[in-house]
Amino acid sequence: MMEYAPLSLHVPEPEVRPGDTPDFSRVVIPRAGSVARPPVDVDPKDIRDLAYSIIRVLNRDGEAVGDWAGTLTDDELKEGLRHMMTLRAFDARMLTAQRQGKTSFYMQHMGEEAVSCAFRRAMEPGDMNFPTYRQAGLLIAGGYPMVDMMNQIFSNEADPIKGRQLPVMYASKEHGFFSISGNLGTQFVQAVGWAMASAIRNDTRIAAGWIGDGSTAESDFHAALVFASTYRAPVVLNIVNNQWAISTYQGIARGGSGTFAARGLGFGLPALRVDGNDYLAVHAVAKWAVERARRGLGPTLVEYVTYRVGAHSTSDDPSAYRPKTESDAWPLGDPVIRLRNHLIKRGLWSEDRHKQMEAEIMDGVVAAQKEAERHGTLHSGGKPSVRDMFEGVYAEMPPHLRRQRQKAGV
Amino acid sequence: MPRMTMIEAIRSAMDVSMGRDETVVVFGEDVGYFGGVFRCTAGLQQKYGKSRCFDAPISELGIVGTAIGMAAYGLKPCVEVQFADYVYPAYDQIVSEAARIRYRSNGQFTCPIVIRMPTGGGIFGGQTHSQSPEALFTHVSGLKVVVPSNPRDAKGLLIAAIEDPDPVIFLEPKRLYNGPFDGHHDRPVTPWSKHEFGEVPEDHFTVPLGKAEIRREGAAVTVLAYGTMVYVAQAAAEDTGIDAEVIDLRTLLPLDLDAIVKSVKKTGRCVVVHEATLTSGFGAELAALVQEHCFYHLETPIQRVTGWDTPYPHAQEWDYFPGPRRVGEALVAAMEG
Ligand SMILES: Cc1ncc(C[n+]2csc(CCOP(=O)(O)OP(=O)(O)O)c2C)c(N)n1
Ligand SMILES: [Mg+2]
Repeated sequence: MMEYAPLSLHVPEPEVRPGDTPDFSRVVIPRAGSVARPPVDVDPKDIRDLAYSIIRVLNRDGEAVGDWAGTLTDDELKEGLRHMMTLRAFDARMLTAQRQGKTSFYMQHMGEEAVSCAFRRAMEPGDMNFPTYRQAGLLIAGGYPMVDMMNQIFSNEADPIKGRQLPVMYASKEHGFFSISGNLGTQFVQAVGWAMASAIRNDTRIAAGWIGDGSTAESDFHAALVFASTYRAPVVLNIVNNQWAISTYQGIARGGSGTFAARGLGFGLPALRVDGNDYLAVHAVAKWAVERARRGLGPTLVEYVTYRVGAHSTSDDPSAYRPKTESDAWPLGDPVIRLRNHLIKRGLWSEDRHKQMEAEIMDGVVAAQKEAERHGTLHSGGKPSVRDMFEGVYAEMPPHLRRQRQKAGV
Repeated sequence: MPRMTMIEAIRSAMDVSMGRDETVVVFGEDVGYFGGVFRCTAGLQQKYGKSRCFDAPISELGIVGTAIGMAAYGLKPCVEVQFADYVYPAYDQIVSEAARIRYRSNGQFTCPIVIRMPTGGGIFGGQTHSQSPEALFTHVSGLKVVVPSNPRDAKGLLIAAIEDPDPVIFLEPKRLYNGPFDGHHDRPVTPWSKHEFGEVPEDHFTVPLGKAEIRREGAAVTVLAYGTMVYVAQAAAEDTGIDAEVIDLRTLLPLDLDAIVKSVKKTGRCVVVHEATLTSGFGAELAALVQEHCFYHLETPIQRVTGWDTPYPHAQEWDYFPGPRRVGEALVAAMEG
């Protein structure tokens, strides 16, 4: 009889922990421009290699190179830079506001600004995003007023969702931004359903689902892939791989799969990986995937390779689980600086204009905050009413809730 | 005796259990290297190794489902769901599987697992960090449900839960992690280091499942409470000057009916309180039992004080939370009839 050695449990571990020297040598970064752009009606089985590569447009010298370049005009690029800088300034102010006790909680985007800002550009009015809490760029780039975002964050009397939700869990139907739940993964599959509805009704609108690397472990992710695949739903399924899920590195959710994008291959989906810190690449890939969806060619799975530079949320301190300098070592750089350098390289921009715009943006954010604070902050000033707490559970308030509201004296 | 917060006591319970029994394993989201978002498992991976305390992928279904499989093999998994609000993906595994495996296999397979989860509100966590889903579990035959209210009980009950041969839902009131909270949110909280129940034996001990405890003796009215509401009820008694007897149920299933009946027969009045929503809440079960067993001793109708039947709001947290004022009004109503 054959003798077997005793089994042991395999538990993946990141290469480095606090105190170690950051090491991203495992992240293989293809040269910008080296991945060819297939036609949108390509047979998914002919592009399986894209699930293991990284589509990049901006090279180290700030030039836009390769097939995926050229999807945006000069003005659009400058506007993109403005969107990302606005999101960054917004985050900075709201983090401070949280520390000052003006709200209970905040989640920032530092390092991931290109993903949601550039994606938004590829969508049309009428399309719908099913975002997570780290895609506020969809709102900023979609023209949603910052004051309304702040009113929600401060849970004040002008909060569009009446103080009912945790800060940053925005909702705006008008801006194609589905209500954020907070329960991870749930909305990925809902995006597929929305897209199926568009097909059922012979519409031309498309949906985008969003999920983090860690949350791909939820069953909702897998349900989304099978429904999208079966019904060839007009949907773009976005995985934002920012390397971390609170304290848990991406290897725990990824397991033995080479990449997150590769999860799509078993479902027969075209699966692309893209440099998430490259505004041009994100836009080009988003445009390609949106075009496929709108032409009835079916769903696309996209993995954005990026890095969560900040803490998970204001309740988190990453120095307990990863080296403090890890973000400096991240090989894909900073999305704002990369787009700025590209514009400078092309003579469309300068250090001075950049500084000037930074100041202008900050003035705008500060002014929005002043206006929002006139309506109150979490613990002072105007508040949503206690009546609002009882409203909106149902279209029409049932008698038992009416009795409870009376008992509450409101 | 050492002093512990509720977090330290829960950690100590797992530490003691892992040290005594090598079939005890601990896992969940962020539970391994980091030691949990509330730090309840801090240091356990370093002490017992990665195959006994480890990080799980974000799949509550996966966490509970694999725990059930491990239990079938003969391990005793004690798993963490990061917030009770996130247990729903695991609900099918809990309801259709964990709860019934003993019954449907006639005891060939059993499911000695513990599912720990922070519960309750009071931290401005909004609807996804504040829920109290205990009634969703007490409604399921085959589960036990525990809600401790202090560090000493938390440790003794958790060790008992880990040693129990059946699946136990262990709900940890997160508002109590660092100190007793009486619902007066505008006053500073006393830390556990200054509270008698912050004294927790270092070694192994158990608090048996199914035994309630009287927290405040009184003759006028019985208050049935658990978790955070034990302190709110005590505060309401002090604030109103009503001589209430506050019973901390500690275990909802199995329930210490004897203690409840004895007290209500003595006082003749009963107020039931919980943070969870009213309709079909555990308070409905308590009220039904009290009227079945104490009907002829009741002087006034049983009062219920609970969260309103809405999702847990963010801005209106203190209008939602059944604080000492609302409990006090119920005490007065129970006295006046
Ligand atoms: C169903 C569910 N389980 C657990 C949580 C707690 N939680 C909130 S964020 C988070 C990590 C998510 O990581 P990832 O999906 O990578 O997204 P990121 O935060 O990195 O953008 C966890 C575990 C939750 N919100 N919902
Ligand atoms: Mg992540």
